[in-house]
Amino acid sequence: MTEARDNLLDRRRVVVDLLRDRGDLLVVCGLGSATWDVAAAGDDAGNFYSWGAMGGAAMIGLGLALARPDRAVTVITGDGEMLMGLGALATIGVAAPENLSILVLDNRHFGETGMQASHTGLGTDLCAVARACSIARVMEASSMEAVAAIRDALHQPDGCLFARISISAAEHERVLPERDGAKIKDRFRGSLGLS
Amino acid sequence: MSEQATKPAQPWQDGVYDALKAAGIGIVSYVPDAGHARLINRAIGDPDMEAVVLTSEEEGVALAYGAWLGGQKAVLLMQSSGVGNCINMLGLVQSCRFPFLTLVTMRGEWEEFNPWQEPMGRAVPAVLDAMAIDVLRAETPEDAGELTSRAAGDAFGRDMGVAVLFSQKLIGAKVW
Repeated sequence: MTEARDNLLDRRRVVVDLLRDRGDLLVVCGLGSATWDVAAAGDDAGNFYSWGAMGGAAMIGLGLALARPDRAVTVITGDGEMLMGLGALATIGVAAPENLSILVLDNRHFGETGMQASHTGLGTDLCAVARACSIARVMEASSMEAVAAIRDALHQPDGCLFARISISAAEHERVLPERDGAKIKDRFRGSLGLS
Repeated sequence: MSEQATKPAQPWQDGVYDALKAAGIGIVSYVPDAGHARLINRAIGDPDMEAVVLTSEEEGVALAYGAWLGGQKAVLLMQSSGVGNCINMLGLVQSCRFPFLTLVTMRGEWEEFNPWQEPMGRAVPAVLDAMAIDVLRAETPEDAGELTSRAAGDAFGRDMGVAVLFSQKLIGAKVW
């Protein structure tokens, strides 16, 4: 099997496993494939999908985590989106919210724009960056067993978590969620009892 | 004794702080600026405020959106040069109707020693207007608190973006 030989995970399977029995997990998606993956795993009012604002997902996650310290907040994004907002890792390392997890689906490419190689395929080590930014817990996964361990860590918020999940660059059919930003925001807030 | 002399002079940043407190702002993010230094220190010293230091200003825009998703009000403190760093991230004020409040200390407009501050300083109102952010301009210490209060009311009461520009004349030119 290609997957076993290359040890490259299928992004849709990874995200389904990460969100298995998610309970009241709040999820912020980076734009592009990460948003399609989260939508494909099952629509949820606690998903904030992104159609823009590249580089902002981790910081939206930080704002949410600070506003709701009682809830586990997970950011699911891609390597390109994380790279655009790399400074956020320094900001998050300093703010150190216990309840925030940032998961990067790393296919080492800019998948939405023609599969150009990204920095992570050319030498940038995001886990090393996260460690250097003093993020409390840093995990890495290139097997479904390691993905399962990350999934469990999302539900045991005991220190800010950064995880890089190495995935295949294979593309999937797009699964498009709601596109009206105001509706996405209002539904998300409504699920928290906010008007 | 004149009436004015009986009034103790309050630093204008304290009026801004009071306005933020009255508006229920819980998160203050900032890229440091000398004009904001007193306000930043008051936010850091306030147990009911979360002060978040940023590496770049657009982080504070995204942070404010996330805070609002969770039911908190945030403000971004920055210098005029930082407005340019925020442009793309400000798009969500329109596409998601997120409220957004920012307080901007101006450079490049009053006895500015550093000519490299002038281009972005000049562009600030046009850039904010281009992104549909309302612009209020404070020229006096009294303006500063009053306009902050109005801006917060508009931003969070009407789901819109509002910036208060603190003029360099109010802040005083940077001493070199």
